[in-house]
Amino acid sequence: MYHAIKERVTELLSTGEVKGFLALKKDNGHIKPHLYVSPDEIDQLSIGDGETAGDARYPLTKILTMLLQNHSGEPFGILARGCDQRALRALAAWNQISLEQVVVIGVACSEELARACNCGLPYPDEWLEGEQIEPKDPRPVEWEAKSPLQRLDLWRAEFEKCIKCYGCRNICPMCFCKECSLESEDVVTKGEIPPDLPMFHLVRALHMIGRCVDCGLCEEACPASIPLRALYKKVNDIVETRFQFRAGIEQTEQSPLHKIAEPPAAI
Amino acid sequence: MDYKTVLTTCAYCGCGCGLYLEVLDGQAIGTIPSKTNPINEGKLCVKGWNIHEFVQHPKRLTKPLIRKNGTLTESSWDEALDYTASRLKEIKEAHGSDSIAFLASAKVTNEENYIIMKFARAAVGTNNVDHCARL
Repeated sequence: MYHAIKERVTELLSTGEVKGFLALKKDNGHIKPHLYVSPDEIDQLSIGDGETAGDARYPLTKILTMLLQNHSGEPFGILARGCDQRALRALAAWNQISLEQVVVIGVACSEELARACNCGLPYPDEWLEGEQIEPKDPRPVEWEAKSPLQRLDLWRAEFEKCIKCYGCRNICPMCFCKECSLESEDVVTKGEIPPDLPMFHLVRALHMIGRCVDCGLCEEACPASIPLRALYKKVNDIVETRFQFRAGIEQTEQSPLHKIAEPPAAI
Repeated sequence: MDYKTVLTTCAYCGCGCGLYLEVLDGQAIGTIPSKTNPINEGKLCVKGWNIHEFVQHPKRLTKPLIRKNGTLTESSWDEALDYTASRLKEIKEAHGSDSIAFLASAKVTNEENYIIMKFARAAVGTNNVDHCARL
């Protein structure tokens, strides 16, 4: 399976065009993120064909950012789905990586994965394997129909489940800050669970403005099943309406937060 | 440049969450939860997410310590074992077996935990056995 991708990665590594290629590997019965440095182990390359759709995705772009920052100047390759490509663009727009150093091999997601992720764009610009699955309208969010007070109650009930594992931040490709507000004692009280309501989650939501590429890894990593994507989506819907901007869609466009501009017209 | 993800099991409690330690050029620098592990399915608690920090931590003990005149002092294994054995004997004789308790560890193997349990019950004669994950 996936001969075209394996052949291309073999070529990239044999010619030295890339120092390493980030993808997934089937190993010990598990699927894991892996940096291929030689074509010898390419047979174990996996697209993530595990038992559930979630097995197919790891924060490869986050690992790439770390590698590029520790080994600057060296070219790397990466296997990218639609979400990964959006993350790569957004990371470049935020000056975290240089795309000149990155060779992207695209893969379009299977229908099963695209539906499981409720993905709005389950393919990159170009792909070597997979087929173009057209996104369906996103599943309706149950809160939308409720009154603001009912919504507040529902969100508080969700936030109260938080065990403050920081998994949403740790897994997020766009959480690249050296210092994190969620660790600042001015914002978040140390040693308390659940974290300050609703400050903890709203601070993170605000920081997702112009950054979140809606990959959904945060929600998959959340032990309390808090619907984080709905929250970040809502924040970025406002950004899109006001500034016509979605992170990671245009090649190098910077987020509205980068620009000094006239304030938007009153809502 | 050498980057590896190493499959292992979280040592902080008895759940047994699966995770990958990210190792860059010989240093454990990060943790990624395993999505294919049936226990944790890609999730971790705050301790698990930070487990890479203790692996090569400079404050990790590498030699036994004995408190001498109120100060913890590095010693040899022979000295530490002799001291522990003689003090355990004295305490047991003076105050009875149940004056002693054993704290095992989630960071060692099942077999090692079995040995400390066996030592507590068979050699010292107490059921006072517990483990660090309940501290």
